[in-house]
Amino acid sequence: MWSWVGHRITGVVIFFFLLVHVLDTSLVRVSPEAYTAVIGAYKNPLMALGETGLVAAIVFHAFNGLRIIAVDFWKKGAKYQRQMLWTVLGLWVVVMVGFSIRHLSLALGGH
Amino acid sequence: MTATIQSPRSGKPSSGKPGSGKIQPKYRRTGGSKGNFEMLAWLFMRLSGVVLVVLIFGHLTVNLLVGEGIHAIDFGFVAGKWADPFWQFWDLAMLWLAMLHGTNGVRTIINDYAEKDATRLWLKIVLYAATTVIIILGTLVIFTFNPCPVANGVQLPGGFCPAP
Repeated sequence: MWSWVGHRITGVVIFFFLLVHVLDTSLVRVSPEAYTAVIGAYKNPLMALGETGLVAAIVFHAFNGLRIIAVDFWKKGAKYQRQMLWTVLGLWVVVMVGFSIRHLSLALGGH
Repeated sequence: MTATIQSPRSGKPSSGKPGSGKIQPKYRRTGGSKGNFEMLAWLFMRLSGVVLVVLIFGHLTVNLLVGEGIHAIDFGFVAGKWADPFWQFWDLAMLWLAMLHGTNGVRTIINDYAEKDATRLWLKIVLYAATTVIIILGTLVIFTFNPCPVANGVQLPGGFCPAP
């Protein structure tokens, strides 16, 4: 139930970011300066936290999505769905600790 | 007290006529004018999902985790990637699959939570319009990208132009 709620919420968040992300990338067709200026907005410390949150949503949606596929297509999927949810959450923590350390030290570490 | 269960808003209920030999349950899995669209949509979510995990994890690794990470991203970074048809195809596949996957997800959510027929219709019109615009725009941007943009005969600063 809560994994289902989480899947929906993260899905919607990712979808709206995707719309914005295609639009900001499209600025490469306006001018190099326009693109570099807008991309610069992604490089401030507050946005670094936002990016980490977005990646947290993506990684949860990805791992839980693979779990849904396993439940649907694997013979024993339904039986082990609970164990797989804990695996999803465990992997999510590991990946996010790694990503946060790397991304935040790059983004906040100055340049 | 009797509870009424609404028929699913996805797909169309079948109308088996008496004596036609067709069963008349309201919740048939196939049939109706939409054919097996909902089943194909269900399958597409799973197939595109697996591919998107690979495409997006690769995208995040190359753009955020390698080298200087996010600080390396600017016009030149995009120009460098799209000089290679491999990354053009990667980004194109990611654009189309992610947009269709996301649009189908939001369509499901609209069907679930918007109760009025008119509300569902309008939300979906807005959704499909946005999807169409974003997919066409993104595809054009990938294939018409010019590393050396020129405006009014003058090279724009920041571009990568061949030496004259």
